[in-house]
Amino acid sequence: MSVFALDPAYIGGFGLSEALILIIKVVGAFGLLLVAVMLMIWFERKLVGDMQNRIGPARAGPWGILQTLADGVKLFFKEDLRPAKSDRLVYRLAPYMSLVPAFLVFSVVPVGGNFTSGDGTVTWFGNSTFLQVADPHVGILLVLALSSAAVYGIMLAGWSSGSKYSLLGSVRASAQMISYEAALGLSLAAVLLQAGSLSTHEIVAAQGGWNWNLWVTGLVPALVFVIAATAELNRPPFDLVEAEQELVGGFHTEYSSIRFALFFLAEFMNVITMSAIIVTLFLGGPDGPVLTERASWIWGVVWFFVKLVALLFMFVWFRATLPRLRYDQLMDVGWKFLIPLSLGWLLLLGALRVGRDRGWNTAAVVVVCVAAGAAAGVLLRLAVRSGRRESGELADAEADAGEAVNVGEPEKGS
Amino acid sequence: MSVFSLLVAQNVVFWVIAALMVFAALRLVTTRNVVHAALYLVGVLGGVAALFLLMGAEFVGITQILIYIGAVIILFLFGIMLTRTRIGDEEKTDHRNRLGAILAGLAVAGVTIYTVIAGFGDAELGADTRTTTAEVSDSIFSQYIIPFEAVSVLLLAALIGAIVVARRE
Repeated sequence: MSVFALDPAYIGGFGLSEALILIIKVVGAFGLLLVAVMLMIWFERKLVGDMQNRIGPARAGPWGILQTLADGVKLFFKEDLRPAKSDRLVYRLAPYMSLVPAFLVFSVVPVGGNFTSGDGTVTWFGNSTFLQVADPHVGILLVLALSSAAVYGIMLAGWSSGSKYSLLGSVRASAQMISYEAALGLSLAAVLLQAGSLSTHEIVAAQGGWNWNLWVTGLVPALVFVIAATAELNRPPFDLVEAEQELVGGFHTEYSSIRFALFFLAEFMNVITMSAIIVTLFLGGPDGPVLTERASWIWGVVWFFVKLVALLFMFVWFRATLPRLRYDQLMDVGWKFLIPLSLGWLLLLGALRVGRDRGWNTAAVVVVCVAAGAAAGVLLRLAVRSGRRESGELADAEADAGEAVNVGEPEKGS
Repeated sequence: MSVFSLLVAQNVVFWVIAALMVFAALRLVTTRNVVHAALYLVGVLGGVAALFLLMGAEFVGITQILIYIGAVIILFLFGIMLTRTRIGDEEKTDHRNRLGAILAGLAVAGVTIYTVIAGFGDAELGADTRTTTAEVSDSIFSQYIIPFEAVSVLLLAALIGAIVVARRE
């Protein structure tokens, strides 16, 4: 039954209890994500307030925890405007194209289960099942595909508004997201090499018992992934999309009311799902010490959320402390630093893997790889410099954004 | 669920997807708005991905979304947005030589259909046609290694060519 091979519960046929499991999971993930977004917005505002010596939201509910709900209700009752020059159909479609991928990514994230001393399954209604909505064999590719599909919402929102400010904002945003997707995918490949599978469940299972990819793959892929993810999320210090000092408001300038709220929701939802993906890929997912024998899966849920909140804290911390990059710096970091670094690291890990299979000397493999990587790096630098000299840019350090993209290109051939 | 009912369900879903794809393809060539045309192309390619998934080819289906919808059309849209930002219909999207276009389309369809019939004939696909990522990669890197390498070199040449063309200006 190829179609139903998403979860062990569905293997023995699809009856009432399986349908119940499916419904509980879908509704649970949906509700969890919405509540998490609500709390995340409050968490971010409160924390940034704290770091800037302010109080932050304090009126609605205890500690202002209902502030997001109040804002949501307010936005819901505002007038929904559509600019006269906009493209009606695409303008209405765009918010959903950015919200739906944000929702779907979460469906492949394992949020619980005992991976330390078990295989991560729980038993519901006599069926053993995973604590994730679906476990497709190509789970992590699905995440990548959805994150590249999320560009559509931003791109079409800017274009269909019929306003040049929106268009400029969306061109910036989509150029940034496309550039950083490459680094994201390459650093992820190191994890896939380690786990030997594309399924998120298998990736988490391979990390069981403290074999977290964070250190198993040698820290570099995790760092590259976090930086690229921050850029992919358009969050500070990569928030050129909504740079308050430079732009009117970014790609959603013309949006108001509930459609604006949908973009806002998608943005914060992406932060949560991306953190969940980082936990899954590098921090062992729900792996952690199991403190009780009974209901051991509950500790998986606990550790998953502890890691998730730590990552969310990190993203808020970035926002409160790091200054924004300039546009050419953004492109330089992505094309000339992150992509070569993650590519070189992937080759190193691959060589080590082959060396282990063939019984080569590990130290020699590392030395050869580092030497080759250094040589490639020097060549890359020379290519970039000669490219700059050709276009007469070397003296002019502030290369404009278009040149930065062009100069960054040749390394793919080297 | 028995194998029979599963096959029936697969057939129903196939025809629904196929009808949507034909509609999107027709609108793609008849619409006068370039961005709308690109979005209809997304619909067609999404349908192709759905058909792959229906056949159990998960890796190919998701890769179809990743490459075509996530990269190729995005670049199309990027080009459109950077060069012509006017919203609304355009006059120049139509071509005069409709007969030639129809003939070319029929010729391509004929060649494709002939290839499929010549290649597979009456061969029946089993109920479980699922191919795993490992199988796909095994066949690419063993049986089809020469075409794979040839395509890689071709793409590299295209990449370098694009840079050369872009830098001259």
